[in-house]
Amino acid sequence: MSMSNVSEAVAKPSSKGTEAAVRATSSSPLDWLQRWLPKMVLGPTIISTLIFIYGYVIWTGVLSLTKSRFLPKYDFVGFLQYEKLLDNDRWMVASWNILVFGGLFILVCLALGVLMAILLDQRIRAEGAIRTVFLYPMALSFIVTGTAWKWILNPGLGLEKLMQDWGFDNFQFDWLVNPDMAVYTLVIAAVWQSSGFVMALFLAGLRGVDGSIVKAAQLDGASMPTIYRRIILPHLRPVFFSAFIILSHIAIKSFDLVMALTGGGPGYSTDLPATFMYVTSFSRGQMGLGSASAMMMLAVVLAILIPYLYSELRGKHHG
Amino acid sequence: MANPSRIDPRSALIGRFVLYAVLIAAVLFYLMPLVVMLLTSLKSMDDIRAGNLISWPQEVLFGAWGKAWSSACTGVSCDGIGTYFWNSFQITIPAVLISTFLGALNGYVLTKWKFRGSDLFFGMMLFGCFIPFQVVILPMAQTLGWLGLANTTTGLVFVHIVYGMAFTTLFFRNFYIAVPTELVSAAKIDGAGFFTIFWRIILPLSGPIFVVCIIWQFTQVWNDFLFGVVFSGGDTQPITVALNNLVNSSTGVKEYNVDMASAMIAALPTLVVYVLAGKYFVRGLTAGAVKG
Repeated sequence: MSMSNVSEAVAKPSSKGTEAAVRATSSSPLDWLQRWLPKMVLGPTIISTLIFIYGYVIWTGVLSLTKSRFLPKYDFVGFLQYEKLLDNDRWMVASWNILVFGGLFILVCLALGVLMAILLDQRIRAEGAIRTVFLYPMALSFIVTGTAWKWILNPGLGLEKLMQDWGFDNFQFDWLVNPDMAVYTLVIAAVWQSSGFVMALFLAGLRGVDGSIVKAAQLDGASMPTIYRRIILPHLRPVFFSAFIILSHIAIKSFDLVMALTGGGPGYSTDLPATFMYVTSFSRGQMGLGSASAMMMLAVVLAILIPYLYSELRGKHHG
Repeated sequence: MANPSRIDPRSALIGRFVLYAVLIAAVLFYLMPLVVMLLTSLKSMDDIRAGNLISWPQEVLFGAWGKAWSSACTGVSCDGIGTYFWNSFQITIPAVLISTFLGALNGYVLTKWKFRGSDLFFGMMLFGCFIPFQVVILPMAQTLGWLGLANTTTGLVFVHIVYGMAFTTLFFRNFYIAVPTELVSAAKIDGAGFFTIFWRIILPLSGPIFVVCIIWQFTQVWNDFLFGVVFSGGDTQPITVALNNLVNSSTGVKEYNVDMASAMIAALPTLVVYVLAGKYFVRGLTAGAVKG
């Protein structure tokens, strides 16, 4: 279909000569239009990117230096909001939580993802169907995921009751209402939602490994575990990196899952920076402090992203 | 990849058995929440208290679905989540179509009509894929207020287009970069202009990437909660916000069957898309992921 279109366009008995003439003079309004059209088409996007991304990041940065509460007020107080942030117990809890939640979430997702991908790569029957099941949570909203897991982990009627019905009479599971354990319920739900996706990334990576290298290693008498450890997994390094970047991105942006699953509670024991920012800015009317926390989130994202992009670009340069 | 020839057949058999056992356990783990949601939504509250998460309903009832749709309380009002379901469509459809179309045009310019600085701009735009949106919502709330678009569907659509465009442009740019430039050069020599080439040559090639991009955007916008909760109010809220209000408002007795029916309703559109076009969904995820 495409080829016929192209040949039609090329073979069209058009005014090749006159076109060349127009090109040579290069001053007709039509030519001017053709030269500027691409820029005009991209223009709105350029302007919107400059304003709504870069401009707004700067604006938020400016707000974080002010005493703004419910409305923006531009009386500057230097880095006072950042100092307040570091003194704020709730923020420190949120920061600690993102380390615990993010760290566990990323580790478990990577481990499960690799494991599932390796298992699925063993010429499995119904591989397509299994892959479909692993990946469908990714199509759901975190609000739906949170709602479902809130019910499953319900102390009393949820998993606890199921296990007791199955004969484990003393089974207790109150993580959802236990301030020390609630953050791990976030990990469970988030892993359920995202690990299938990591599996898909690794599976694609595994399919890209050169089979002849593996065959050669087998002929040399290497066992399958050794082959995986020494040959295949090192090949998947780039996949590990990109999966890490995506997962840390999901972790830092985690907002909806917390709102739906724990609401940040009990108390504020499961607050994350994203929920802290929302509650501070919109419910408590501390816009300056909220902006400061948003800037801290951006700083963390950049701290992860810039080294990654740097190594990517450098890698491409050498490659 | 596995070469079973050097392993003795009995341990190979045990290995296969363990392999399938682990995979089946994993399948059950991933399916369990969906099954639990569905079963719970079909039970009465008495049935829920008497049974457990995966016990079969004593009597299959659809009352919870009806209540979820039309009379469950979502915060102040008690009209169910039906209206919010349609709100989400009113937000999602224009946001997806416009951002996808703009992404296609942008990708076309960024690959076939490069100009000085266009590559730099693309790099700057990619940044938009990575920022945590918390860093833009306060200024955006202020701007929408100035424009009179606060708490309107139009405002929310606008926000989704603005912040979705980085992704759609990325999709199309990465797709069009593989389209041979000779096709475009030949048409240019032939006198075809910017839009002629786009309509006659580029668009006919773009079917798959349109599907990928539309599915990606649909999932993103439908599932969005942050923009919805910040920029919409009262009767313009998307379904995710309504669902959260319904589940987490603490008025009266908790009706878990209604909660689960509501969650299923909120999940259905994206689940249907996933079932119908899973291949493209996965392609979008990995394209957005590996490149972005």
